[in-house]
Amino acid sequence: MSDQPVDYHPMWNELGLDLPTHDALLGAVGQLFGDAYLTQENRPQGMDYLNFVMSEVHGLRIKELDDYRKAGGKVFGTFCLYVPEEIIRAAAGWCVGLCAGAEFAYDQVEQIMPRNTCALIKSFMGFKLARVCPYIESADLVIGETTCDGKKKAYELLGDLHNVYVMELPQMKRDVDMQMWRDEIRNLMAKVEEVTGNTITAESLKAAITEVNDKRRALQRIAATRAADPAPISGKDALLATQVAFYDDVPRFTQMMNALADELEARVAAGEGVTAKGAKRILVTGTPMALPNWKLHDIIEKAGAVVVGEEMCTGSRYYQDLVSEDAATLDDMIDDIAEKYLDINCACFTPNKGRLEDVVRMAKDLGADGVIDYSLQFCGLYEMESNAVETTVRDAGLPVLKITTDYSMEDVGQLSTRVEAFLEML
Amino acid sequence: MRVLGLDIGSRSVDAVWLEDGRITDHAVADSGFDPAAAYESFLARGDHDLVVATGYGRHAARESLGCGVVTEIKAYALGASALHPGAASVLDIGGQDTKVIALKPGGGVSDFQMNDKCAAGTGKFLEVMARALGFDLAQMAEAAMAAETSVAISSMCTVFAESEVTGLVHKGIDRGRIARGLHDSIAARTLGSLKRIGASGPLVFAGGVAKNRAMADLVRAGFDGEVVIPREAQTVGAYGAALSALEA
Repeated sequence: MSDQPVDYHPMWNELGLDLPTHDALLGAVGQLFGDAYLTQENRPQGMDYLNFVMSEVHGLRIKELDDYRKAGGKVFGTFCLYVPEEIIRAAAGWCVGLCAGAEFAYDQVEQIMPRNTCALIKSFMGFKLARVCPYIESADLVIGETTCDGKKKAYELLGDLHNVYVMELPQMKRDVDMQMWRDEIRNLMAKVEEVTGNTITAESLKAAITEVNDKRRALQRIAATRAADPAPISGKDALLATQVAFYDDVPRFTQMMNALADELEARVAAGEGVTAKGAKRILVTGTPMALPNWKLHDIIEKAGAVVVGEEMCTGSRYYQDLVSEDAATLDDMIDDIAEKYLDINCACFTPNKGRLEDVVRMAKDLGADGVIDYSLQFCGLYEMESNAVETTVRDAGLPVLKITTDYSMEDVGQLSTRVEAFLEML
Repeated sequence: MRVLGLDIGSRSVDAVWLEDGRITDHAVADSGFDPAAAYESFLARGDHDLVVATGYGRHAARESLGCGVVTEIKAYALGASALHPGAASVLDIGGQDTKVIALKPGGGVSDFQMNDKCAAGTGKFLEVMARALGFDLAQMAEAAMAAETSVAISSMCTVFAESEVTGLVHKGIDRGRIARGLHDSIAARTLGSLKRIGASGPLVFAGGVAKNRAMADLVRAGFDGEVVIPREAQTVGAYGAALSALEA
């Protein structure tokens, strides 16, 4: 690293970004990050790495993708953790999560889709239409999935603007669904092989399985330390780690997160935390929080509580299960991958009792004092399931607060009041 | 100890002065565009040792005054329990939010609900609808009570309901019936929230809208239990904020 700041504008220009708008976006995200993150006290030193990643979020990482592509490598953009990263990596592809966590260019979005669409979908469409997401512009192929009706139709619109491939995810978990899902993974393999020109072998897939499992294991270690009182890491910082997991270089990220986990384990052993012992402990459940959506965590933690877990796709659903590493043949590995991914308890499945069990188990394991269930407005799946979460958590003897919101800041005052009153009640 | 409790809301700033736990004075001022100016005059009286703020503007007040803060939920729970010992629940319909609170014996909060980001069914909603009907608030409440039948209003969104009301006016529907329909729909929504949190009586009905007689009658008629409307319904939050200083 040189001391001279690198000017990435030529690279962004080459990617086709709208430079003035993109500069404004980066400024806003930088300010948001400063307000939410850099004001925190007692942060672990290991967070320096994630601070650095954030400072280079559209810079150095994009340069890495750019260099990789110029050397013949292929980059795949995804929006959802159901797209198996192992398959992409086994063909020497790189997998990156795409921008979907901030309100952007809604005026343009609402010309092609209904206003009553969830913030996540409007956001990714806005980033594409306004040409401000260097990740999607670096993606040789975007891999979508049929996890909800909104996304399903949005991928058709995105397909007019970008190279998009859609995987069909079943909505149930019967044998027939598993069979279909295995076929879908094979179809994805063929597509990824075609785009990369590389063949997936038992060896390459086994290596990819181990590599991605290692990433999940590092995140599991971090998650486990959050059961301690005081928690050694803020919810915001832990959330950031999971958000960055979607697009950072896998071996490097794993190494850095293991170093962070070492530090957190030492902090727990020494009784050190980000808050005083006895701070109110909150488990957050619900709709994923794509980078830079830190709104709810920020409100909760600025009110003096600490978030100790996220039962969401940017949380436990991302790292709690591993792909079995026992298989020797390609076919068995594909079956193992299919099984692991179909085991994820997303609200897009019916029935989805497993998620309710996850919520209660996490609340108990992490010593949560209360649960905040978070839905993005117009996310029919999580909004619908919210009632079951509320009933189940109450039956387990814990208070629960249901929040429906979006990426705008107009309701922060009211949300703060509700969250603070909920904390006063605990 | 003399405590000044401030409830800095969207429509008004309410103040209660306590001395050794007893109310010595109260006052209400319009928030206007500069709520700080409204409470500066209360502070200028100088007859307090300590200030506690609640309401929408509490965080801004903490920054400028360095005062203590408490949420509206806790403030209303404390205020209502002190005004009516044995209260089991609280309903507050304020300028831009509505809250329902179920109380534990002794006045702690056991559950609560607040409206989301919009002003659906709040005091602001009634103000806008009164204007659409050419009434002031008191006239609208009277017309609602005088109406023998109601007309169904399906929208709770202030913007949509205003269009709906305009549509009904243009159809020649009697203003009183529309006014009754508006009050009915707010009451039904409010009673639904109370039911969802399992609120039982006695219910303390506070906030500016409690002074609206039509709303008071409808809540009394629909609620399963005693409904108490304190004489100073508008300053319950400020009273509770002041009381919170005595808790610790």
